[in-house]
This record gives sequence, structure tokens and C-alpha cells, in this order.
Amino acid sequence: MKKIIIYLLALFSVNQIAISAETGGMPQLNPEFWISQVFWLVVTFGILLIVLSKFILPNIRNNLEKRKSQIMENIEIADNQKIDSEKNIKEYDRIILDAKVAAKKTFSLAKEKIQLDLTKKKEKIESELNSEIDVVEKEINDLKKSAPEKIGLIAVDTASEIVNKLIGVEVNKSNVSAIVNEQIKLLGDK
Amino acid sequence: MAANPMYQFNVYRIGPEIKIGEIDISFTNASLFMVISTIAILFVFNLGSKKKSLIPDKIQLLSELSYSFISKMINDTAGAKAKPYFSFIFSLFMFVLFCNMFGMIPYSFTVTSHIIVTFVLAAFIFIGVTIIGFLKHGLGYLKLFVPSGVPIFLLPLIIVIEIISYLSRPVSLSVRLFANMMAGHTMMKVFGGFVVSLGIMGGWLPLGFSVALTGLEILVAFLQAYVFAILTCIYLNDALNLHH
Repeated sequence: MKKIIIYLLALFSVNQIAISAETGGMPQLNPEFWISQVFWLVVTFGILLIVLSKFILPNIRNNLEKRKSQIMENIEIADNQKIDSEKNIKEYDRIILDAKVAAKKTFSLAKEKIQLDLTKKKEKIESELNSEIDVVEKEINDLKKSAPEKIGLIAVDTASEIVNKLIGVEVNKSNVSAIVNEQIKLLGDK
Repeated sequence: MAANPMYQFNVYRIGPEIKIGEIDISFTNASLFMVISTIAILFVFNLGSKKKSLIPDKIQLLSELSYSFISKMINDTAGAKAKPYFSFIFSLFMFVLFCNMFGMIPYSFTVTSHIIVTFVLAAFIFIGVTIIGFLKHGLGYLKLFVPSGVPIFLLPLIIVIEIISYLSRPVSLSVRLFANMMAGHTMMKVFGGFVVSLGIMGGWLPLGFSVALTGLEILVAFLQAYVFAILTCIYLNDALNLHH
């Protein structure tokens, strides 16, 4: 390749020097090779046009179109995937929201139940306490009521025994109880 | 060293004289560079269109970028109707560009610096566009010469001007390319001559100019190919869409 180029350069320079002796003026206006130039222009440009338009340019066009369609296709796929992922994100959000709501509901239900249980137990305990208090109060009342009588009886027994021991006389119990009752009454009045 | 800066434009025969009847169609250095440009274009774009990978390599990218560049240029200037002429404009742009660029190699020959070549291209475009115009619009294509919104008493003058400007299109198109290429190459040769004649002492300044001019000429080579193609698109737009 290098040799050919050097050879061509040498050929042209030699030719130019050889021609330099010949003519003056503009070589463009010398009609000697006009027809030859036109002929070769038509031949080379014609071949160029035919080969380019029939073989090469359609190839390039197809290639460009193929690439364009491929890119459009890829963009479409990407768009679809984007839409899908957005849908998935929405779905995910929805699920999370649902779960939150469900959790809240469960929580509040549990709370209510616990509250209910608590109040129930409270009430039960209160009622038990109340009934026990009632019983105890009743007992106390009973005791209160029966206490003077019992004290009276004990006092009568004690008094009659004391009298018996002291003076050896059997005392009529009804008399003693009358006196004791009188004394208790006096105490109660005080 | 050739002292005359115009000698680089000389056309000379390579190989034997070829004649058809009285017509001389010998293979010349101009023909050689047309063939080289054509082969180079076909080589590059064939290589660029062969591989069909989704992610292009350099040469594929180059051809695809050229394709979209010219496609966009046609679409912007001549609209969607100009799509059937894409191959022609692509070939035209690439041919002019490669011929210009090959002309930048020292001791090579610039095909487009010859008025006959650019004129044939421009005349072909002119005739083709005119035929397309008449085929698409019939005699209505003549409305191109009658701009809308012009006062009636000015019309005769305007129509004459429009016709002259229309007819001068191939001339302006061909001369623009030819003159640009010729002037640039002549100037580079002149500065190159200065480098030699001023020698080692004073030759540095024109050498610097030569380097700068080479850059400028590469720019011009691309720009003129672009201008040639885009003007073709504009003419095509007139023929296809006809709104003046």
C-alpha cells in the first residue's frame, strides 16, 4: 500500500513538472478533456448512485429502523414494568394499611374485652364483699341485739351463784333477773 | 517545483488514448480521482452497513450518522416529499465531499476544481428539478416566477428577475463550488511557493499560513459539499412544494 502511494505521488509530481512547461492560464478552460471528464463523471457517479441506492443505503436504513424499533420495544417493556411495579407498590401499601387497621381493631377488641373482664371481676368481687359485709353486719347486729340478753343471763347466773355462796340461799331466778334487767336498763340509760 | 500555481489543475492522460468515434474519453488523472472517491465511498459505507449490531462500532456509527445527517437535512429543507430523492442527494453530497477531501492530499487532483465537472452536476440538478416541477405541478410550476403579494405594476419586472435568477441557478451552483476549490488550492500553492522562495530564513511565516490554510481548506471542502447538497434540497423544495 505504501509503495503504491509513493509511486502515485512520484508519478503525479513528475507529470506536473513535465506539464508545467507547456501552457499558461486556467487549465479548467481548456476543453481538451471536457468530454472525457463528463464521461467519467457520469460513469463513476452513476455507479456510486446505483450501488448506494440499491445495496448500501437500504441496509443502513434497515439497521437504523431495527435499532429504533428495538429501543421503542425496550422502552415499552420498561414502561410496563414500571406500571407493574407501581401497582405492586400500591398493593403493598394497601396490605400494610389493611394490616394496620386489623391490628388496631384487634387491639381495641382486646382492650374492650380486658376492660369488660375487669369490670366484671370488679363487680363480682364487690358484690361478694358486699354480701360478706352484709352477713358480718347482720352477725354484728345479731350480736348487738343478743348481747344484753346474754349479759343479763350471765349476770343472773353469776348473781344467784354469788348470793348462794355468800349466804347459802337459793334465790328465785326470776327475782334476780328482774333486778339485773333493772340494773342493765339503768346502765343502758346512762 | 512547479512555479505556476495553476499547473496543479492540469488534466493529463493516464494510459492509452481511448476514443469512441471522434470523441476522446481517455482515462485521465481527473477520472482516476473520481474512481478513487467512488471506491472510497463505497468501501466506507459498505463496511459501515455490513455489521448490524445494536451498538454500532466506529465505522458503522460514521455511516449511520452520515445517513441521519443527510436525512435530517433533506427533511428540514425539502420536507417529507423529497424522500425518494434521498439516495441521489446522499450520493451527491458524498461524491463532492470525498472529491474535495481527496483534493486536500498533496500532489493529488481536485475533481471539483474543474468547472466542467461542477457544471455537469449542477446542470443535471437544474434539469432534473425543472422536470420534477413540471411533472408535479404541470404549467402551474410557472407560478414559481410570480411571487404572491407583489403589486401588479411591478410584476413584469419581478417575473423577469425571477426567471433570470432561476436560470442562473446552475451557473451559481457550479461556479460556487469550482471557484472555492480552485481559489483555495491556488492560494495554498502560492503560499507553498513563498515557503520555497523565502527559504529557511523567511519561509516560516508562509509555512504557518500554509498550515492554517490547510485547516481552512478542509473546512471549506466540507462546507462546499454541504452547500451544494443543501442548495439542491432547496431547489427540490421549490419543485415539490411550490410556495413562493
